[in-house]
Amino acid sequence: MNVEPLLKVENLVKHFHVRLGAFGERTATVHALDDVSLDIQHGETLSLVGESGCGKSTTGFTILNLHRASGGRVIYKGQDLTLLDDKHMRPFRRDLQIVFQDPYSTLNPRMTVGEAIGEPMLFHKLAAKTELNDKIAALLQDVGLPSRFASRYPHELSGGQRQRVVIARALACQPKFIVCDEAISALDVSIQAQIINLLLDLQEKYGLTYLFIAHDLAVVRHISTRVGVMYLGRLAELAPRDALFEAPLHPYTKALLSAVPEADPVRERNRKRQILEGDVPSPLNPPTGCRFHTRCPIAADICAKVVPEWKAARPGHLVACHAVNSSSA
Amino acid sequence: MTAQNTRERLLDVKGLSVEIDGRGGRAVVVDGIDLHVTRGETLGVVGESGCGKSLTMLSLMRLLPNKIKVTKGSADFDGQDLQKMSARALRKVRGGDIGFVFQDPMTSLNPVMKVGDQICEPLLYHRGMSRQDARKRAVELLRLVGIPGPEERLNAYPHELSGGMRQRVMIAIGLACDPKLLIADEPTTALDVTIQAQIVDLVKQLRAKLGMSVVWITHDLALIAGLADRVVVLYAGTVVEDAPVDALFANPSHPYTRGLLASIPTLSDAPAARLSSIGGTPPEPGRRPPGCPFAPRCPVAMDICRKEVPKLEPISSEGSHRAACFAAHKALKAA
Ligand SMILES: Nc1ncnc2c1ncn2[C@@H]1O[C@H](COP(=O)(O)OP(=O)(O)OP(=O)(O)O)[C@@H](O)[C@H]1O
Ligand SMILES: Nc1ncnc2c1ncn2[C@@H]1O[C@H](COP(=O)(O)OP(=O)(O)OP(=O)(O)O)[C@@H](O)[C@H]1O
Ligand code: SF4
Ligand code: SF4
Ligand SMILES: [Mg+2]
Ligand SMILES: [Mg+2]
Repeated sequence: MNVEPLLKVENLVKHFHVRLGAFGERTATVHALDDVSLDIQHGETLSLVGESGCGKSTTGFTILNLHRASGGRVIYKGQDLTLLDDKHMRPFRRDLQIVFQDPYSTLNPRMTVGEAIGEPMLFHKLAAKTELNDKIAALLQDVGLPSRFASRYPHELSGGQRQRVVIARALACQPKFIVCDEAISALDVSIQAQIINLLLDLQEKYGLTYLFIAHDLAVVRHISTRVGVMYLGRLAELAPRDALFEAPLHPYTKALLSAVPEADPVRERNRKRQILEGDVPSPLNPPTGCRFHTRCPIAADICAKVVPEWKAARPGHLVACHAVNSSSA
Repeated sequence: MTAQNTRERLLDVKGLSVEIDGRGGRAVVVDGIDLHVTRGETLGVVGESGCGKSLTMLSLMRLLPNKIKVTKGSADFDGQDLQKMSARALRKVRGGDIGFVFQDPMTSLNPVMKVGDQICEPLLYHRGMSRQDARKRAVELLRLVGIPGPEERLNAYPHELSGGMRQRVMIAIGLACDPKLLIADEPTTALDVTIQAQIVDLVKQLRAKLGMSVVWITHDLALIAGLADRVVVLYAGTVVEDAPVDALFANPSHPYTRGLLASIPTLSDAPAARLSSIGGTPPEPGRRPPGCPFAPRCPVAMDICRKEVPKLEPISSEGSHRAACFAAHKALKAA
């Protein structure tokens, strides 16, 4: 890939300091994100998957400088975003949007749906007052809501309706890059399909780039250009979609793919999942060496001692595992 | 599994209607729903966003927000009508014999209270446990729902947890008192497949061990396929199909159910350019068409569908599979 990526993420680290003990007498460090590097290409959909708590949301937040990075860089338009304070971040905010996992935390309960969607358009001067209502109505329609909903308050909506308002609000800024954090997980399949189709259409029309965080692997397979698999704060594997789904290399990716449920009760009753042995380790105290070694079916001695290198097993197919040879090609 | 005997019914909802007193006047959101769950049964509830799933479940617990009221119907739980019970008696049931998992963890968890204390609360109140025992039980519950390092996480505040961890804390609270009935509203939307499988196994174990009944609201049909004994499909505040899980997937009879099943992307599909979705949008409460509520979007609608409301009637000879659709009724007669 010789084109400049839209965003370059280099060795990104995010640690949280938390208090432990009944009275908060001890402190500890949550290793939410360690040494994550990836390029996000113009117009692609890069998906992130992995177990709950593995650091997907933290990756999205830290890239957008909503969490201050503990280390590493995020390069956008030649600028390292991690160095910017809120004020200097402002000019970039319009380009870089996020649809949060919890829609309630994004919507101001005192603002109507119309105000919530209209506000960023006025702020960034993307619409004149006279055409505002039409634009709000058009955005609502795009996400499958009637324009009457503009006068409702967030608490007057169902969970899925709220989620769609948040998507409409992100689109209102005409962004270049959107982090979709479980953006469609709360929607039923029919509306999911409608929103996915909308995201794909917008991507084609405006060259939008997505960082798509989701746990539904069928949806991920459908929508992605490339897929990254995370485990306990680190990237385990990153590959073009088909390579990842058809020829996964990392033992964790293989286990993850074997757990996908199917809409078929008979098959579901009889299936044998490759359930991973052992508890998920805590990010407060991550295992040494390869973080997956406590549960990996093929772990060797070296795995507990040495962190596997993040390397290309094939061109464009990156993996961190001692058992996978790097490409000599 | 589907014992038809009414005495076996742990939860029996009859003709439940819920209305909203909104700025545009009164609107019926839930329109005379019949629902039941037998002992030890898991009922899956599916339906389009906004069709009234959450309001139905909140109304059972009498937790409806301002200006939204139950106008008709009854809801018997273990022989008592939840709608008529005294507020005090209801508090004893809520969170005790009926465990509840709300859809939105961020609004239902207290942001300034440690999650450990939030899990202990029902144990102290309903089961009269000592603080120490409650804490032990809380650790066990967190471990059961797959949260690593549970002792340490007891002291976390909700914002310090990932989205999926917050959901699992909600599930732990719902299960805390070994309820007879668990009502879970989209409890696994933020969970990855491995943890989802673990939660499903946990619920199945509790069902086998305690005979727990479950009402599981979700839009995830693959999850329902592996978990439910019976499935109810809601559309625009009414039940449009009710069937044993195998029958629903093998022989979906309402056109809306068929549309839902056709919209599921699957891993075995070749990645396609566009997903199939049901055209149009569901009618809003207060703006429902006369006749069948699905008629404006139905690919096989007939004249009668725009005039009369189809009733929920058996469409299989033994009567366990029911649908509210004229076309499905006709197909049974023709067969
Ligand atoms: N406080 C309220 N005021 C007015 N309308 C409301 C209010 N709460 C809910 N509604 C409307 O009632 C309908 C049913 O809402 P409900 O939350 O039960 O939907 P749902 O089936 O749970 O949907 P989802 O899958 O999106 O969570 C929706 O159309 C919603 O907009
Ligand atoms: N503000 C915070 N303070 C302390 N710890 C945090 C904070 N935010 C996240 N964490 C921790 O960082 C880790 C990664 O969390 P993150 O939200 O990124 O996970 P995730 O992959 O998005 O999970 P999910 O799929 O459940 O949403 C978790 O262990 C979480 O508890
Ligand atoms: S490095 Fe070792 S433990 Fe880690 S995934 Fe590879 S084989 Fe397994
Ligand atoms: S009753 Fe008529 S309109 Fe309604 S779902 Fe059946 S065929 Fe379609
Ligand atoms: Mg998350
Ligand atoms: Mg709901």
